[in-house]
Amino acid sequence: MRKLINIEVNGKAREVAVDVRASLLEVLRGELELTGSKKGCGVGECGACTVLMDGVAVNSCISLAVWADGRKVTTIEGVSPEPGKLSDVQQSFVDSGAVQCGFCTPGLVMAATALLGEQPSPSREEIRRGLSGNLCRCTGYSTIIDAVENVAKTRGQA
Amino acid sequence: MSNKVIGTSVPRWDAWSKVCGKADYTADIPVKNMLYGKIVRATIAHGRVLSLDTQAALAVPGVLKVLTPADLPRVKHATAGHPYTLDRSGDVYDKNILTEDVRLYGDEIAAVIAETQLAADIAAQKITAVYEEYPIYLTAQEAMTEGAREIHEGTKGNILADTTAKVGNVEEGFALADYVFEDEHRTQVVQHCHMENQTATAFQSADGRWTCISSTQIPHICRRILGEALDMPWSSFRVIKPFIGGGFGNKQDVTIEPLVVAMSIAMGGRPVRLELEREEVLAYTRVRHAIHYRSKVGVSKDGKITAWQVDAVSKTGGYASHGHSVAAKGGGILCTLYEIPHMSFRSRTVLTNTGNAGAMRGYGVPQITFAIEAMTDKICKELQLDPFEFRLANFKKEGAPHPLNGIPMVTNKVADCLTLGRQRFGWDAKMADSGAKGGSVRRGVGVAAFSYATGVYPYSLEIAGCRLTLNQDGTVKMLVGATEIGQGIDTGLAQIAAETLGIPAEMVYAEETTDTDIAPFDTGAYASRQIYVTGVAVAKAAEELKDKICRAAGKFYEIPHSAADVEDAFVINSVTGERVASLGDLALRTYYDKARAQTLTAEVSHNCHDNSYPMGVTFAEVDVDTQTGVVTVRSILNAHDSGVIINPLLAKGQVEGGMGMAISYALGEDLFYDPKTGEPLNNNLLDYKMPTCMDTPELDCMFVEPEDPFGPFGAKGLGEPPICSPAAAIRNAVCHALGFEINALPLTPGKVFAAIQNNRGGGADV
Ligand code: FES
Ligand code: FES
Repeated sequence: MRKLINIEVNGKAREVAVDVRASLLEVLRGELELTGSKKGCGVGECGACTVLMDGVAVNSCISLAVWADGRKVTTIEGVSPEPGKLSDVQQSFVDSGAVQCGFCTPGLVMAATALLGEQPSPSREEIRRGLSGNLCRCTGYSTIIDAVENVAKTRGQA
Repeated sequence: MSNKVIGTSVPRWDAWSKVCGKADYTADIPVKNMLYGKIVRATIAHGRVLSLDTQAALAVPGVLKVLTPADLPRVKHATAGHPYTLDRSGDVYDKNILTEDVRLYGDEIAAVIAETQLAADIAAQKITAVYEEYPIYLTAQEAMTEGAREIHEGTKGNILADTTAKVGNVEEGFALADYVFEDEHRTQVVQHCHMENQTATAFQSADGRWTCISSTQIPHICRRILGEALDMPWSSFRVIKPFIGGGFGNKQDVTIEPLVVAMSIAMGGRPVRLELEREEVLAYTRVRHAIHYRSKVGVSKDGKITAWQVDAVSKTGGYASHGHSVAAKGGGILCTLYEIPHMSFRSRTVLTNTGNAGAMRGYGVPQITFAIEAMTDKICKELQLDPFEFRLANFKKEGAPHPLNGIPMVTNKVADCLTLGRQRFGWDAKMADSGAKGGSVRRGVGVAAFSYATGVYPYSLEIAGCRLTLNQDGTVKMLVGATEIGQGIDTGLAQIAAETLGIPAEMVYAEETTDTDIAPFDTGAYASRQIYVTGVAVAKAAEELKDKICRAAGKFYEIPHSAADVEDAFVINSVTGERVASLGDLALRTYYDKARAQTLTAEVSHNCHDNSYPMGVTFAEVDVDTQTGVVTVRSILNAHDSGVIINPLLAKGQVEGGMGMAISYALGEDLFYDPKTGEPLNNNLLDYKMPTCMDTPELDCMFVEPEDPFGPFGAKGLGEPPICSPAAAIRNAVCHALGFEINALPLTPGKVFAAIQNNRGGGADV
């Protein structure tokens, strides 16, 4: 069965007919061709599919697409302030060496963006807690925590 | 001349595209008219499929075909991503794409092709099999038991390989010993857990050949194995590797590519995608070998090792994969870490009805290092020797030949790693601070050293290629057959090209895609080989291109080519130091000068006949809660000799990533199988304890940087070394805290707690 839903994706109103069984991740990656969100498990274990729904970080693989009806969804493609520019979180991931294979990166950038929205100056321990739903096998997490800490510091100085 | 680009933290060129979600991995690449595949897996661990009922599956709307073994070539292939050997003796050809002979739970017995993934998944579940069941063997011991059924016909005693590496005469060595120590050590099965699951898409190209886009670490090897598995000429395939979400050795096996190409062939060339689920990756691709070591070491009164004997039994699962070479690698590691006048290293690799073990970061070395350094720790404790002095007295000396292959270990700074690391770690203060910490906490420190190799020479082929093209504006396009899998190799290689050419790193464009039709031949990402082997190919190509640039300068400008050089992207007169022209100006002329245009490229294939030895040491400080058995790593340092570090930020990333993996290897990860059925029990990321950032402590690393004469700009391998010694160091720290030994990994709370209880009750060590 298909259902027509209205979502605001990265600031743009979209009307999509979705299979009611489909996850938000499947619709983002399939119908909407936004392949920046990744599937590492499909069952809510790894966080590679993290997007913001009304500003809150969610695993899009275990959110039904129909739940996003009438809501605002931000994906990794919608994080940059303007085309060609990186957000401070994105830039900090690049500068801190937090990107290796990059498969976890979109999800982590989204989770970090949400975390810093809720907690502007988290401690390293709080960063660890805030990002604990996102798995990364390449980095040992050190540089990822650095990246988030660096954003908080820079924002604090601004 | 001092280096300008080497040794600087050039940002990896692909980081921006990854933080924007622009980097396309295999599953992100759009393909028209795509079909979807699903593997049907055996629900027993050992037996034979007598019949398959596919009726219900074929009735699922959207299902187009079910493939069974009868639909595929009956030829067997070897899945290990090793370089080919001309006599085909290098690997074990034991795998059919689909099989009736079930050798492990989840073995691939059929496959569904459908118009949607959902239809394929539903249909796969509807296929039922009737089996003839055989006894299952989940441990090497069971599989080797007299009378056990051969998992592969003709493999006697289920022993895939039984080899012994020898130095001197071990019995003579024991006769010279004043003390002899013996013990046993065991390691567990763990999995790579690269975040991107294996994914591949296959279709027939316009030229009638077969393209396979795949998340493989070894595109050129994959192409050859496709040919072998499908019994078709190797050139009928084109393998394209886009961005990869990690591999760690698991994608050094060809696991899904032959099947997905077979599916496309069955569909008349229509594109088919096969994307494994996490549960399939964890249980049914490859895992790390669990190895059981029995060690015996002789030591003289003056604290010198006289003899070291190891008997290793390695569990390799249902197919050979890399099995025959993983356990055996330990012999070379042991005798290059320590000076061992008399060594005997026997390794038996045994087929079992469990998950197929293959290559995983470190290739058997985290296992043997655990056994070696646990023995070293035991010797030091029992003889009351200082663990630093004992190691320094026994380390293999720099310059000494590798006892098994004769190649001199020209640079070997393991001793510096030990002494400088000791200072940086603050070992002495931490040692003084160890002991009972109030409540139920006990604190301990531990150290462990390792030895490694770079690449596979002299045991296998080492070949790499690079093509450089001077673009119209003076920038350079670099194509290599080496595989970027997340480690940042192409940023490092671009630095080598830039340094050699005399241009800034950002003027060299790397390429995320390795396409076997386009990229120069190279065997790919494994054995920490690429910076060392491909790096030389890149340096040679850059020298050749620079020579061509200088010759072109001699044609286009008033300068003898012998005086021309390139510096900071300008052609200069090397005698006067004057700038003659920008590289961009020269490049434009090479393309468009009506009379003399000739574009400049250089292509080099490099056959490497060297090996160099990365070495290192881990220091760890832990707290053990004796009431819960919980081990907490308080601080940990890896000190590495990987030669000159090309890119410090990327190198740090490699080390920290390896340490993170190693810490959970020490403390938590373990893949379980149902003892009755052989079914994997925790093949998902909830029950399989891959670490989160809350489980990973702060990590520290340092580099001792001798200039290795063979590696480009003095570099040695670094990808795998960081995972080799942390587990052993953590184990030694835990034993120090507790005052008794635990000799099996992982050190989970349950195991540590049981060991504490046993020890209190005077029971044996675990
Ligand atoms: S893909 Fe959504 S949590 Fe793993
Ligand atoms: S960078 Fe590879 S999984 Fe995080």
